[in-house]
Amino acid sequence: MSTLLEIFKTMEYGPAPESPDAVKAWLDEHGRKFGLFINNEWVTPKGAKYYPSYNPSNGELLGETVQAGKKEVDAAVAAAREAFGTWSKTPGVVRARYMYAIARNIQKHHRLLAVLESMDNGKPIRESRDIDVPLLARHFYYYAGWAQLMETELRDYQPVGVVGQIIPWNFPLLMLAWKIAPAIAMGNTVVLKPASYTRLSALLFAEIVAEAGVPAGVVNVITGSSSAGSMLVEHPDIDKVAFTGSTDVGRILRRQTAGSGKKLSLELGGKSPFVVFEDADLDGAVEGVVDAIWFNQGQVCCAGSRLIVQENVAARFIQKLKARMEHMRVGDPLDKSIDMGAIVDKTQWETIDSWVKTGISEGGECYQPNIKMPEKGLFYKPTLITGLDPAAATVQEEIFGPVLVSLTFRTPSEAIELANNTRYGLAASVWSDNINLALDVASKIKAGSVWVNCTNLFDGASGFGGYRESGFGREGGREGLFEYVRPIWMDRPRPGLDTASPTRPPLDGKKWGEHVPARPAPPTTARANGRDLPRVDRTPKMYIGGKQVRPDGHYTFSVIGAKGQIVGQVGDGNRKDIRDAVEAAHKAHLSKPGWAMRHGFNRSQILYFIAENLDARNAEFVERIVEMTGRTKKSAQAEVDTAVERLFTYAAWADKFGGSVQETTLRGITVGVNEPIGVIGIACPDEYPLLGFVSLMAPAIARGNTVVMIPSQKHPLSATDFYQVLDTSDVPDGVVNIVTGDRDHLTKTLVQHEDVDSVWYFGSAEGSYWVEYESAANMKRTWVGYGLPRDWMSREQGEGHEFLHESTQVKNIWVPTGE
Amino acid sequence: MTQNNRNPGVPLDLDWVMGAHVNKSAVERRVESLPKRRTVKKDWQAAWLLRAVTCIDLTTLAGDDTPGRIRRLCAKAKQPIRPDMLSRMGLDGEKITVGAVCVYPNRVKDAVEALQGSDIPVASVATGFPAGQTPLPQRIQEIEQAVEAGAREIDVVIARNYVLTGNWQAMYDELQQFRKACGEAHMKTILATGELGTLKQVYQASLVAMMAGSDFIKTSTGKESVNATLEVSLVMTRAIREYLERYGYKIGFKPAGGISSAKQAMAWQSLMKEELGDDWLKNDLFRFGASSLLTDLERQLYHFITGHYAAKHHMPMG
Repeated sequence: MSTLLEIFKTMEYGPAPESPDAVKAWLDEHGRKFGLFINNEWVTPKGAKYYPSYNPSNGELLGETVQAGKKEVDAAVAAAREAFGTWSKTPGVVRARYMYAIARNIQKHHRLLAVLESMDNGKPIRESRDIDVPLLARHFYYYAGWAQLMETELRDYQPVGVVGQIIPWNFPLLMLAWKIAPAIAMGNTVVLKPASYTRLSALLFAEIVAEAGVPAGVVNVITGSSSAGSMLVEHPDIDKVAFTGSTDVGRILRRQTAGSGKKLSLELGGKSPFVVFEDADLDGAVEGVVDAIWFNQGQVCCAGSRLIVQENVAARFIQKLKARMEHMRVGDPLDKSIDMGAIVDKTQWETIDSWVKTGISEGGECYQPNIKMPEKGLFYKPTLITGLDPAAATVQEEIFGPVLVSLTFRTPSEAIELANNTRYGLAASVWSDNINLALDVASKIKAGSVWVNCTNLFDGASGFGGYRESGFGREGGREGLFEYVRPIWMDRPRPGLDTASPTRPPLDGKKWGEHVPARPAPPTTARANGRDLPRVDRTPKMYIGGKQVRPDGHYTFSVIGAKGQIVGQVGDGNRKDIRDAVEAAHKAHLSKPGWAMRHGFNRSQILYFIAENLDARNAEFVERIVEMTGRTKKSAQAEVDTAVERLFTYAAWADKFGGSVQETTLRGITVGVNEPIGVIGIACPDEYPLLGFVSLMAPAIARGNTVVMIPSQKHPLSATDFYQVLDTSDVPDGVVNIVTGDRDHLTKTLVQHEDVDSVWYFGSAEGSYWVEYESAANMKRTWVGYGLPRDWMSREQGEGHEFLHESTQVKNIWVPTGE
Repeated sequence: MTQNNRNPGVPLDLDWVMGAHVNKSAVERRVESLPKRRTVKKDWQAAWLLRAVTCIDLTTLAGDDTPGRIRRLCAKAKQPIRPDMLSRMGLDGEKITVGAVCVYPNRVKDAVEALQGSDIPVASVATGFPAGQTPLPQRIQEIEQAVEAGAREIDVVIARNYVLTGNWQAMYDELQQFRKACGEAHMKTILATGELGTLKQVYQASLVAMMAGSDFIKTSTGKESVNATLEVSLVMTRAIREYLERYGYKIGFKPAGGISSAKQAMAWQSLMKEELGDDWLKNDLFRFGASSLLTDLERQLYHFITGHYAAKHHMPMG
């Protein structure tokens, strides 16, 4: 050890450890063995299997936790179900008190939580102390407020029920807050399963919740392996699943819950761009990089792991960055003077290392600073890989470690293109001192959080979540509430197709959507007498890119009316028609101005115009509905009138759902923008051939999406009659595309199409299952009806916030201010 | 291309000045996190605090300064830490003094006399300190007189109006004249950042001051309503780093005003170490302009040695 005099001369840093004593005492008090926390009690199953928790920085065994099995999962869900009966009826103001008590208790045990988190996970105590735990408390304060306000501000909503929540190991406490706080605020009860590597802080948290006096069963924590996670997800009495973790596991969960009627929110991986323009504060941006990729050892889903720098400043920027890396300190997570702690587990360490080797083998130049590293423990140097191109796997795949890859660009549009050249869309960081440039780029990057001249900022008041394969749903902010509520009129969907049950009906993915092209169908009634003048044959084609085009397959099917008569013929669409329609829908975004880039006023004018032109043909549409469905004229008239009214509704909404200013702790502006989702494929319900079509098309296009519509299979003519309405209403080409044919056959292509961003499906329960199942391929959003009835005529069920919610995704743009 | 010789100044590069970008919120974020990312404890803390002592420009700049007051200050400058304390830290025989004694021009002579026999330089403020609003010939003359009286360092103030109006050329020209008047004495240029409008201006003024031949750049006179902050210090240190990269000259940094606690001092030391490197922890490139800081450093050292919190009146007055 150096003498004081030597230190005086060298001016080195020394050790500055935070004491682990309180945590050790807590672990010891539990005999270093932990049960499950169910109903506010420790439950230790007989003959339980245990799993060790290690401190990744030194390999020390911290304690052991139970590997829950089916019995325990059932017990936890049962406890939550019982508690739901009362908690869901507990007044919001009462729930708010409890949540306030939780927040207070978190603050009272701030240091204990922070130290345990660092010991269990390996993250620096500075981060757990200054970021994770304060945010944990903040989320409970924030959502305590929404519990207080629920009955007045969310009176059209009810809680979802029992929620199964599975969280990752990178931010055990923060992820727990994101999951539990909004859930219990809205009157749900939860069963939470922490990640295998990091189970202890959730157990400490559960004790703290109990200490705060929260009723038993509201928050239950079970520990276990991924199979316990599966049991939770597949449990029939779970009403919603919320997951944060890898995209691969997200896919599995999407498939596991498909068709079950369980709500699902997924916050998945990322490869977030960090874009630096020539007019950025380069030194500031270098620090931004440190916060982006070396925060939590880079084990951050939204880590800014793809550096994209303007070519003319790239050399200087990289030089500054390398100089900065030489000042990084890696060491004991409990040391108060380090930047990076330990990697959570050996497996993870090896994955990171193999990615770095891949990066080098792909031609990258690897830079690691010449800094002192601890001799033992799972530490990894901050790493920069330059000289790679987007074609490299290292540039495309999430590494989940302290590894940054860098690219260069020439122009702002190229920067945007590179930023969006990824399957993910979780976050982005944009650095420029030019507000016009920065905000323009922020609006064009496809990501749920965009930080301008800052990075990795979080707050309870702002939603967090992904675009594309980074998942769906938001955590935080008002938008985060909608993952935990259901419209008041809607029961928990029980499609009678419980995929989790071992006795589930055999579903054959190959068979679903199979279709043999149509043949002639001679009329069974109303035979022609050969004397009367027949109608002029009028066979609508497909409506793609603003034109009528022949069905690719050149097959046609007859539409049979209520009396068995042929009321018309329409094209029998196939995969290629869908392909062309999707292309056209994308093109409508690219034309100038693209549909999404038009202002709401313009879109509202077009919707009003559609309404006007539909109303002008009111009688014709009424007659068609009667002819197809055999319903009374009165009923058909009501449908057409409601369709016109609905167009008015969404013309109204076209410029009134843009988003909100989020009241985060940032000095500056955080804006939650309700952006369109992109291209939405919509399979319309059979009932209400016109109203079903309009009720789904209108919100989607009002909010800037372009659509591929599959009209009612049985009664498609209201939709094909609509071509002329669209043609005369100034709807730009490709905004609405309509492909007729076999609903499931066409839906299958749509849902398997990887350049479709969302699919809405109002067909059968089985179709709903497949739509949800197949959507996992590119993690597109889905909205399905599970084959359950919906009253399209009513305003409550047929229009409103639910439709707008499904038509948008929230992007939060953080803009700090100050000169 | 690092050069150990004194910065002679370089031609004014206006492109560089005009192309500066400083993002305030990014600066604030760095400054907020840095003191939480770095800390020193125990022996390291004591060594760092002692190092801070040696970097103090022990300062008195008051209307009521008298020869007696200066003498007392100089005595403290020569022996800032009680010998018994030094001995208990294993530093017997180490020469621990402050970095300089800083006074008004009229008191330079008193200080030079009082510091005779020590190597401690006398620094004099000049050029119409603190406002710099006197005619140029007088300001230059003030430097010359201070140098004549034995000051080895001159803390000059810039004319803030040049920064606020963007007249970089005039600022540069004037500082060059100051530098010439300093001769062998080192020029420490006070930017009075509390009176500048933006952090970008602080950065730009730092560049111009260095181009004009400053040996140190200094935040404040101590007389502005806002004096040394970590924000402006970060911006100035980054300018120093950039200047070093471009021209190879190491420029010193002196935060002044408002630094009165050991904790603050350590935050600045971390800033120096992280942004500039270890060379900027020693008094040839780093000074604290402070009057009451020394007492707190002493008290913290006392606590380190004894484990007891110290009484202020047990520390000899300066």
